[in-house]
Amino acid sequence: MLEIEIDGKKLTVPQGSTVMDAAHSVGTYIPHFCYHKKLSIAANCRMCLVEVEKAPKPLPACATPVTDGMKVHTHSDMAKKAQAGVMEFLLINHPLDCPICDQGGECQLQDLAVGYGNSASRYQEEKRVVVGKDMGPLVSAEEMSRCIHCTRCVRFTEEIGGFQEIGMANRSEFSEILPFLGKTVDSEISGNVIDLCPVGALTSKPFRYSTRAWELSRRKSVSPHDGLGANLIVQVKGNQVMRVLPLENEEINECWIADRDRFSYEGLNSAERLQKPMIKHDGKWHEADWQTALEYVVKGLNGVSRDHGKDAIGVLASPHSTTEELFLAQKLARSFGVNNVDYRLRRSDFRADAAQQGALWLGSSIVDLASAKSVLVVGSTQRQEQPLLASRLRQAVKKGSELNVIHVADDALLTKLNAKLIVSPLALVNALAQVLKAVVAIKSGESAIDLAAVSVSAEAQRIAESLCGAESASVVLGNVAQHHPAFSELLSLAQEIARLSGARFGVLAEAANSVGAELVGAVPTRGVFGAAVSAGLDAQQMIAAPRKAYVLLNSEVEFDSYNPQAAVAAMKSAETVIALTAFKAEGLLDYADVLLPIAPFSETAGSFVNMEGRLQTFNGVVRPLGEARPAWKVLRVLGNMLGISGFEYTSVEEVRAEWQGKGDIAPSLNNVLASVSANVQPAATALVRVGEVPLYQADAICRRASSLQATRAAAVPVAHAAQSVLDAAGVQSGAVVVLKQGDGQVRVALEADATLPAGVVRLATAHPTTIALGGMFDPIEIKQG
Amino acid sequence: MLSAQSLALIDREVAKYPADQKRSAVMGALRIALEERRSTGETPEARCLNQEVIEFVANYLEIPPVAAYEVATFYNMYDMKPVGKYKITVCTNLPCALRGGVNAAEYISHKLGIAIGETSSDGMYTLLEGECMGACGDAPVLLVNNHSMCSFMTSEAIDKKLAELK
Ligand code: SF4
Ligand code: FES
Ligand code: FES
Repeated sequence: MLEIEIDGKKLTVPQGSTVMDAAHSVGTYIPHFCYHKKLSIAANCRMCLVEVEKAPKPLPACATPVTDGMKVHTHSDMAKKAQAGVMEFLLINHPLDCPICDQGGECQLQDLAVGYGNSASRYQEEKRVVVGKDMGPLVSAEEMSRCIHCTRCVRFTEEIGGFQEIGMANRSEFSEILPFLGKTVDSEISGNVIDLCPVGALTSKPFRYSTRAWELSRRKSVSPHDGLGANLIVQVKGNQVMRVLPLENEEINECWIADRDRFSYEGLNSAERLQKPMIKHDGKWHEADWQTALEYVVKGLNGVSRDHGKDAIGVLASPHSTTEELFLAQKLARSFGVNNVDYRLRRSDFRADAAQQGALWLGSSIVDLASAKSVLVVGSTQRQEQPLLASRLRQAVKKGSELNVIHVADDALLTKLNAKLIVSPLALVNALAQVLKAVVAIKSGESAIDLAAVSVSAEAQRIAESLCGAESASVVLGNVAQHHPAFSELLSLAQEIARLSGARFGVLAEAANSVGAELVGAVPTRGVFGAAVSAGLDAQQMIAAPRKAYVLLNSEVEFDSYNPQAAVAAMKSAETVIALTAFKAEGLLDYADVLLPIAPFSETAGSFVNMEGRLQTFNGVVRPLGEARPAWKVLRVLGNMLGISGFEYTSVEEVRAEWQGKGDIAPSLNNVLASVSANVQPAATALVRVGEVPLYQADAICRRASSLQATRAAAVPVAHAAQSVLDAAGVQSGAVVVLKQGDGQVRVALEADATLPAGVVRLATAHPTTIALGGMFDPIEIKQG
Repeated sequence: MLSAQSLALIDREVAKYPADQKRSAVMGALRIALEERRSTGETPEARCLNQEVIEFVANYLEIPPVAAYEVATFYNMYDMKPVGKYKITVCTNLPCALRGGVNAAEYISHKLGIAIGETSSDGMYTLLEGECMGACGDAPVLLVNNHSMCSFMTSEAIDKKLAELK
């Protein structure tokens, strides 16, 4: 520990602290631009100059390590003069166009110029002009003359984004911040540079010029997208969400948010929002009032249950719904006598249900995962599924943790991997079994799973050694593993690996409220907090054996299902499809019979339980649009109209209190299966699809966010396959082929891709151009175009 | 994009640094790439670095293209603009200026009929001003194509040099 005195305040700080760190720890503010606590030290703006006794010149606080007995003055004449001098230089070439600058009112340069600058400039000469740059549809770099060359944006893309997409070209007076010629900034977390930029050089393209920062009110919220549960500040003006910023939470999202969290709000204001209930009569849609629509729904449900029995009704809920909505949906269904409730539309393997003893979750806190010394990620397209978690794992690798990957494609994770096994989905189980076999050998343990047929590859051995050798380790299953037709086997293997190696294991919850849905029993085999229920059909069974009526909560089955082809066919064959939805989706208009407009997360109070089992509540930030109503209210009224008791709630808090009263979250989280089993035979060779959900197709809101949809990540998907697959099919890379699954087919370009294993065709699911196809990881045929 | 020879030279640069720090070889790699372009390029446009070459070098070193671009644009001996077959850089910094450096530059400019910073219309010569080359005692000095240093460049010496550069 070192002693230091800052402006007369004595304190001790750990070895290696900078003067800036020390000042922050006693709440002393030192002006700065280039310094950022999450980025490396560049010390190029010089705004943080302070006087240090015995030093002949002022020193930059951000880059000066504390030495024992140091005495620092942040407001002495010397310091003030230095700071004012730096400010004068920074403003020399700055256009001072605050009145027309989008950053006006929330600009660090503006604020500090008030504190440290002069009211008029002594500089009369010409200022330099820097032409604007194109960084893509999200980040505007239109006014680069404003840039003060702090390089925060450069360091962000390199250090946090993992790939330097922005650089500073040229030298001295000619320095310019730019992306590589002709390239845009494509990182899935690029929007953070807007927050980082201390001036108005990088601004939000969708938000620009729409309003002034001081006209916005700030409301706290939680991201409704991935399972991380990033904390948000939603900014609102005139009952409209205008923009979204991160709310710092070191344990979850640190000070970042992914682009999906930041720009998806455009979907909330999209023209596709459903504002009135709608009923289909003779194939034509009519707007209706709530009373009529609800009566129609009640009549439909009663009719189907009278004619075909309660079992003919299925409820498919989206895990992007709030916990209260999911709780009420399953309560309503079960009280009405319907046991077919599921939120796992994209799952294809439900064999683990019987052995499941609690809600599936991450198996640790996010912080614990990021600080584990060894991590094995199985079946995860990490940067699409959980962009911020992928970034956090990259930081972990830099701090010395070992990242291992078993996956179906050798995606660029922009970090160093300890070991990887890239195999066809058909060989995924075998790959994980190899690791288990190696772990069994290292630990001289025994496994209930028969591993005789498995031969351990060198990479699997390395993974096993990494997991067994680390003082803390985690095995986590991503979306690909969870959607995989052998999910239960993968989970069993992970459990065995964890048991023997001492690692933790869990799943990277796909959606904002997957864990919440598990907890409140939005599954056919378990009730609230695992209460016993009479079992119903799971999502797949409800599709495989079509029901007569479906109730969809926030679900668009063509995008949200494992097998869109089968799901849409099931919807079309039903007598009635009742959709509670925020959007007038094309698919719903096609197969639904009644649309009830419900409020998205921004317009209703509710809660999400993130992947680490953390309950995060939020309030609506704006009033529901048009006649949309919070889904919990719609479900409550439906309960009343169906004559079910226990639906007399007057607030969402009452709903929350009811489900919370039935148990506790922590003890209900449990990944351990009562019995494990896996068929570890090396894979048969067949051509299978790798059909992941694209970054901006994951949920209904981001699918309608126009700027996200203009990014490269949202481009119309093309198919990829290894050269060997192309050769076998006799097609050239780039040729248009017909891909066939079941009785659906699509025409699409097929490109050679060296990152894919043999025997797979990678083509995204959940996209309008591919919904004619079948299961995400099912066999697929290539036919010449 | 680059010849096998150039790639072999780049590999030698790379080998000077630890395997996970290929980035350190970026300056050498860009120099080698430029050298190949200069010696094989038929037109001024083909003799300088451009986006494709920089991207190629970056990919070869497995670094982000923009990182290589930063380096290429920072140092002015990497030609980023079309350049003549002979790039003549005359030092005009103060010590040289006191000993005829500026005059030498003007003499060449007059003789080639191009202003400082220009390339002759036949694509043969580019005339540039340079910064101190650490040879002030030999002033006036000039540099041909980054590598060949010419000292005591009186008018006669310049005439002779230009006669060689055909
Ligand atoms: S664009 Fe903004 S963040 Fe990037 S260097 Fe310039 S001032 Fe800094
Ligand atoms: S903040 Fe210290 S030099 Fe920029
Ligand atoms: S000033 Fe010309 S070589 Fe030094």
